[in-house]
Amino acid sequence: MKVPQVSVFLENRRGRLHEACECLAKANISLITLALADTADFGVMRFIVADPVRATQVLKENGYTAIVNDVLAIEVPDRPGGLAEILEVLDTGGVNIEYIYAFAQSTQSRAVLVFRFSNTDAAITALQKAGINMLRRVDLLSQNA
Amino acid sequence: MQTSTQKAAWHDISALDYLPSDRLRQLQLVRLQTLVSRVYDNVKAYRDRMNDDAVKPDDIRTLADIAKLPFTCKTDLRDNYPFGLFAMPMEKIVRLHASSGTTGKPIVVAYTQNDINVWSQVMLRSLVAGGVTSKDIVQNAYGYGLFTGGLGVHYGAEALGATVVPISGGNTDRQILIMKDFGATVITCTPSYFLHLIDKAHEMGIDMKTLKLRTGIFGAEPWSEPMRKAIEDHSSIEAFDIYGLSEIIGPGVSMECPVHKGLHIFEDHFLAEIIDPDSGEVLPDGEEGEIVFTTLTKEAFPVLRYRTRDISRLCHEKCECGRTIVRMERVRRRSDDMFIIRGVNVFPSQIEAALLEVEGTLPHYQIILTRDGSLDNMTVQVEVTEKFFTDEVRGLENLRRQVQAKIESTLGLHVTIKLVEPKTVQRSEGKAKRVQDQRNL
Repeated sequence: MKVPQVSVFLENRRGRLHEACECLAKANISLITLALADTADFGVMRFIVADPVRATQVLKENGYTAIVNDVLAIEVPDRPGGLAEILEVLDTGGVNIEYIYAFAQSTQSRAVLVFRFSNTDAAITALQKAGINMLRRVDLLSQNA
Repeated sequence: MQTSTQKAAWHDISALDYLPSDRLRQLQLVRLQTLVSRVYDNVKAYRDRMNDDAVKPDDIRTLADIAKLPFTCKTDLRDNYPFGLFAMPMEKIVRLHASSGTTGKPIVVAYTQNDINVWSQVMLRSLVAGGVTSKDIVQNAYGYGLFTGGLGVHYGAEALGATVVPISGGNTDRQILIMKDFGATVITCTPSYFLHLIDKAHEMGIDMKTLKLRTGIFGAEPWSEPMRKAIEDHSSIEAFDIYGLSEIIGPGVSMECPVHKGLHIFEDHFLAEIIDPDSGEVLPDGEEGEIVFTTLTKEAFPVLRYRTRDISRLCHEKCECGRTIVRMERVRRRSDDMFIIRGVNVFPSQIEAALLEVEGTLPHYQIILTRDGSLDNMTVQVEVTEKFFTDEVRGLENLRRQVQAKIESTLGLHVTIKLVEPKTVQRSEGKAKRVQDQRNL
């Protein structure tokens, strides 16, 4: 259920994102999805890859600060109110969302959002009870294969 | 009398640390009188200054009469570059050392064979105070060369009979391998370099706590109590502060004992005073001020009342360790490490304390001073390490704000905290360069 996500600290300077991506590319690591959060001074690049441990290792060797933590990839009904329903489930379950970003998709018509929770286990329980589909890591990987 | 958990180390030469105070004062007075005559006769610059102040060697009748003598400042040493203040002909001089000379010309200091012997002895007494014995393996990571640190420690450790690994500074990977493979029990280096060694060992997958290292003797730059804690938390060593400066002799002017309540000054060789840095007036015991030294026994390069710019205080009470020699409070700041921004005196140690308090560990940091029009700005660059990195921007922002609030409440002025990537701040293999002043004052 839980999908490991890599996060990297980046200074908000010209070319830093490029350099980080380049060192992943050189190690032949392909990004399945990616999102950026930034402030005036710094940013955090978050991404999902097939082998997060190796990606983290490669980044560290290149002098970046990188960590791995778990997120959930949740299937959202692709119609008005689809997201609202899921948020209600989480709200009722008392689960806090840290952030959300959309999963980059190549073909499928359904929507997948990546959620980061302060308490991932509580979120899983609430979502399972409501019968909401969470994608497994393998689903994400095969989708983009 | 021993209060430390460490077994007391002893060496016959250390007996001088326990002299009854009246005998010590007598010895100091005789040595001071001899020194003043010798300096007056042999060094023109001192003779001229004493004549200007109408002081003659015969005027020194008590130890308190030292206040009649002129001070010596760093500029006096520089003005007499290179050999102007030597009190012995070159044929009697066996060694020269020089300061790094960060501003202008270096300062050259000289030693006769007897000076080298005295230096070895005070270093030996320092090591003994730190519990080092002839059974120890001392990895000496102070720089060897013109800098006094390396050779000073080296001769003292050899005189004690310890095994010296003269690795010098730098080459961090090798330092760690040797530390591990040789089973070094004592490390001597600057405290900031030791923090660097801890980081590097961690990167190499070596836990400092598993090594045989049990004692660290750190000096050559001011450091703080939180830094001692950080060092001791990340290794299994007891960290000792050693103090010295090349103008006086090098390392071994004073040293902590296991009680860790100040540094014992080897005052049978170095007479200490605390003065008001503005008026030059001698301050009573216990008051904070600039520490001033007179070298009682130096032959080649004696100095009268040398102004160190180091802020400290003296305590003449007998120490719990039994030593009778005077203690100086550890120097947490040098007046020349200090910078003034918008009229506020700031010491890097204050920034360090704030970082340690918020993050629980000391990250690499650097203070950058800039001037925008007529307004001075202070930015502290803090490297983001795995220990406190989080994928949530809010968490990082919180951390930044906490550090900022802590520093602002300490200093009462605005500071910008900038989180930067690892290895942004220049690494030091010797003294840490904490402040970058880009203001072109």
